Amino acid sequence: MHAIVGQALSSVTDTTAVIVVRAPGADVEITCGGKPMVDQKAGRPLDLVPADPAFAQATKLGKRYENATATIELLCTKGGTSSLAVDGEILAIKSAKPLPASD
Amino acid sequence: MNLSLLLDMVRDGLGQRILLGSRHDGMTGEDLHRRSVGGARAVRDARATALIYVGVNGPAFPLSMFAAARAGVPLAPLNYRLGDDQLAQLVRHHPGALAVTDPGQFERVRRLGVEAITIGQWLDRTAELAGEAIDPPEPSSEAAIIIYTSGTTSAPKGVVIKHSNLVSYVIGSVEFGGADAAEAALVSVPPYHIAAVANAITNLYAGRRTVVLDQFTAEQWLDAARAERITNAMVVPTMLARIMSADGDLRVPSLRTVAYGGAAMPLPVIEHALRAWPDVDFVNAYGLTETSSTIAILGPADHRAAIAADDPDVRARLASVGQVVPSVELQIRGERGEVITDGGPGRIFVRGDQVSGEYTGAGSVLDAHGFFDTRDLGRVDRDGYLFIQGRADDTIIRGGENIAPAEIEDVLLGHPDVVDAVVVGIPDDEWGQVLKAAVVLRADSAATGELLREHVRARLRSSKTPDLILVWDELPRTETGKLVRREAVKRIAAESEPAGV
Repeated sequence: MHAIVGQALSSVTDTTAVIVVRAPGADVEITCGGKPMVDQKAGRPLDLVPADPAFAQATKLGKRYENATATIELLCTKGGTSSLAVDGEILAIKSAKPLPASD
Repeated sequence: MNLSLLLDMVRDGLGQRILLGSRHDGMTGEDLHRRSVGGARAVRDARATALIYVGVNGPAFPLSMFAAARAGVPLAPLNYRLGDDQLAQLVRHHPGALAVTDPGQFERVRRLGVEAITIGQWLDRTAELAGEAIDPPEPSSEAAIIIYTSGTTSAPKGVVIKHSNLVSYVIGSVEFGGADAAEAALVSVPPYHIAAVANAITNLYAGRRTVVLDQFTAEQWLDAARAERITNAMVVPTMLARIMSADGDLRVPSLRTVAYGGAAMPLPVIEHALRAWPDVDFVNAYGLTETSSTIAILGPADHRAAIAADDPDVRARLASVGQVVPSVELQIRGERGEVITDGGPGRIFVRGDQVSGEYTGAGSVLDAHGFFDTRDLGRVDRDGYLFIQGRADDTIIRGGENIAPAEIEDVLLGHPDVVDAVVVGIPDDEWGQVLKAAVVLRADSAATGELLREHVRARLRSSKTPDLILVWDELPRTETGKLVRREAVKRIAAESEPAGV
């Protein structure tokens, strides 16, 4: 899939939803629970599909997930029970280095 | 991307926290969400194409912001202090709007031909209509908020802040739910200022309760800060100056962080505050309405390092606005548009997802490379610290020499008796413009305009010494403390006219 910054994706295995915060130029396969995520506009299928057990760790609301090379970053907008992965690589929570509250 | 997404996340992850108002009876994230749904229904039922807000800051403001977002229409907070003509002008930009108003503004807004509802009625209506969540319609307005700049030099312009500007800014700079449950923010800026918008959203997303003080006095601020156990405060420089000059005990034991911005912070005020509140983290946030919020930050460590430093370059950083945030690119450009990289002064240009670069009725004003001209002058030191040197529009040209009023104002403010200062250019047949100034002195001061002219002459060239320095009780400033230069120019010109026959 050609991921676009701002795109909203839904998992087909659980309740996880994300938006793309950073996208690589090239096409990538973004999965949750081992199955490709779908564009939120297309709607989640009514029946969820079982997750691949290798990708069954919780995804936490509000956390940002990235790959090792930081070319892709996803913000979890709805939490769930399956893991996010890109081209098979399970994404890790980006360590927060928040700016001091400035507003 | 729509702001509603952020409130959906708040409801899911922070719904039980009290996020608006007092810790005793404030609104939870869940309440706010429910009511924003009700508000969106109300907007839809009224077939309103925009939501106007004419009133003081308070919970009804973020409620209106998210109701508008969910209804897919823009929110336009307007300055309730504007006269009828000025208000009418702004209202005309939003035909078909529904206006949420303070009770005292209701009749006035209705007379302008706008369908209106008071804040009290709005709070009731949004609760009544709350029900199953609705999603923003497709397509929705890209514009989330329209902020009319205070127009300190010319007629107000409507800055279009898009959903994408705000969402990307918040996601990029705030950790969701990162505030612990004891945190509470105190805000005293009016809703028609970009700081109020950014503050409301970032605090909600962080899970930090926000308390609004809609009429600022130093005493009330201190009382509220203690009573609500405020941990985070956002102030403009004139507020901090007044707090520091307040009588009595200045201690606020709960206070952890004070963020300031909106106008230049006089060095004596921040130095005083750093000493009065040594355990507080200070943050200087520089941004423009057009950048949706902060683009450069001078953080707590920078403040402490500067005040303790022997190295004059490090100490000088207390007068800077810090380093540019990671998601924004900044360029200093010279008069021919060339990029300046050696620390020299020039015009500040910025690029980034949070930069609006769009005005109502004017479309995008970004240059060919996507950069926005802030019209601020500045320079960046060797370690990336940005120093603001005034507005390009304020530059005075005397006898062919470009003079930044900020430079002379800083020298005047360096005099222990001077509390506020403005330097302007007054038209002159011989020189093009001549320099004149007005200052506000400490109550017990015996200083005179002449004495201050000598003070300036001793530190700057004589060509940068104002011909005349008037002494006033106060300078014309907006509610958020921004200097209204054109007012100062008018008054100084009038007062320095030779006596008529």
